[in-house]
Amino acid sequence: MEKLQVKVRIISNKKLKDNYWHLEFESRLIARNAVPGQFIEVKVNHGTDPLLRRPISIHNVSKSGVRLLYEVVGRGTQILSEKRPGDLLDIIGPLGNGFEYLRKTAKPDSSQAVLVAGGMGVAPLVFLTEKIKFISPLVLVGARKKEQVLCLREFKALGCKLIIATDDGSLGFKGKVTDLLKEILLKKSPADRPINIYACGPQPMLKAVAQLSCENNIASQLSLERHMACGFGACLGCVVPTRAGYKRVCKDGPVFLGKELIW
Amino acid sequence: MVKNIKPDISVNIGNLDLKNPVMVASGTFGYAEEFKGLIDLKKLGAIVTKTITVKPRIGNMPPRTCETPSGMLNSIGLENPGIDVFIEEKLPFLKKLGIPVIVSIAAEDSPEEFSVLVSKLDKMDAVSAIELNISCPNLQKDRLISQDAQATFELVSLVRKLTSKILITKLSPNVTCISDIAMAAEGAGSDALALINTLSGMSIDVHKRIPMLGAWEGGLSGPAIRPIAVKMVWEVYNKIKIPIIGMGGIMDTESALEFIIAGATAVSVGTANFINPKASLEIISGLRQYMADNGILSLSNITGRLKACKD
Repeated sequence: MEKLQVKVRIISNKKLKDNYWHLEFESRLIARNAVPGQFIEVKVNHGTDPLLRRPISIHNVSKSGVRLLYEVVGRGTQILSEKRPGDLLDIIGPLGNGFEYLRKTAKPDSSQAVLVAGGMGVAPLVFLTEKIKFISPLVLVGARKKEQVLCLREFKALGCKLIIATDDGSLGFKGKVTDLLKEILLKKSPADRPINIYACGPQPMLKAVAQLSCENNIASQLSLERHMACGFGACLGCVVPTRAGYKRVCKDGPVFLGKELIW
Repeated sequence: MVKNIKPDISVNIGNLDLKNPVMVASGTFGYAEEFKGLIDLKKLGAIVTKTITVKPRIGNMPPRTCETPSGMLNSIGLENPGIDVFIEEKLPFLKKLGIPVIVSIAAEDSPEEFSVLVSKLDKMDAVSAIELNISCPNLQKDRLISQDAQATFELVSLVRKLTSKILITKLSPNVTCISDIAMAAEGAGSDALALINTLSGMSIDVHKRIPMLGAWEGGLSGPAIRPIAVKMVWEVYNKIKIPIIGMGGIMDTESALEFIIAGATAVSVGTANFINPKASLEIISGLRQYMADNGILSLSNITGRLKACKD
């Protein structure tokens, strides 16, 4: 759908744990048309400081609501966390190109897709999982420690296979989620390897996923995060180097193919 | 006081008629297509394109933007597809809008590039005016043309011979005396002046001890620079006769009015486009409202009409 600038009503804004928050706002139009991987630009205040909007990816949608999962990391997200149900939020969205995925298929086959989430990277992957749950994808969720592992309940409820990795081993596999991915790929014969890898997370994780997918000849789609000024392709601020030159994360992405990015 | 008047907000920049004085600043509006769906583009007074160079430019290394208190730094580095691709792929969309299109141009190495660009644009009916960007801090090697009155005079004289289209010279605030540069541009035949371009600036990540921008330095824009811009418009207004297009942190009607009262015939909305794409259209209706409320029939009745005291 064409992007909109609208004021939407906040349905709820709740702390999940630590600095992680869930915000839901009303928008039947965006809920119906948004694609996993797309994001919203949020103006958190009326004044000029902070000045810019904050890009936040769509976590999932209900019939008439859109949910965001965000971490309070600075003044912008701090102000956002102070919003109350009923408040109006000035947003632009949905923005960017989301993930490409099969809309339907004959039989459930988890080898078709592996999702790799690092930290806050779970946010858009829950929405993607909802769309492709019929193939019961394998979901790998990584975090530094147990307390930072997010969205386990959501992924379980969607009936996908789930493996957790923590850097300190406090939950699940001990090590990076990309080490876990490597181990899984090694165990499988080439014929059983997944067809698609979808990933979202910190830059080093995405780089490792891109490398693994290229080495194993698996298609990968990575959702990138960058500071943005506009969010809709005008300022050329959020570019990343690709094999076809600089591309805008906001408009050409945020989802890119692993093989097109230069690290 | 007269009520229910229909205020006239049309203005002239040389022989270019604008139905309203609100345009969008170069580099903040792409080639307008990016804003399709967000605002009714046909309502704008004019569109100033992102700066075009002779050859395509890939721009600077990211990160290219950084938020600052009530402002932002950018070091985009004039990324653009070059004049030929611009004319072929970007201009047709702009032409269809039916509003004045002002093409911003810059030279990478030598002033002769301006001649090449102006000669090509001179043939284009869709181009109403040309803005000479001689003030981009991201293109700085040693000194910008607009940091030298003589160089400004020579450049404007050079391109003046090549076109009868409206020429707008965009000035840098990074100078000791902006009115010296303004007078040089006027003397060389510039039809109007645009001021100000961004202020040179820098921001540092103290935890990593690295610059926030990939290019280290960038141009500061947004409300943070508005008082500087308003003062420069006022200063220049008192020294020249040609129209001024005022800009620098315009976010709303009130900030646009500051520039008009300081002496700007028209205003450009820049950074605000990123945050509130509707800002320019809100300002157009806000100006009408302000004039109706205050019984002002024509915008020229307040342009540069700054009163001496507050009462």
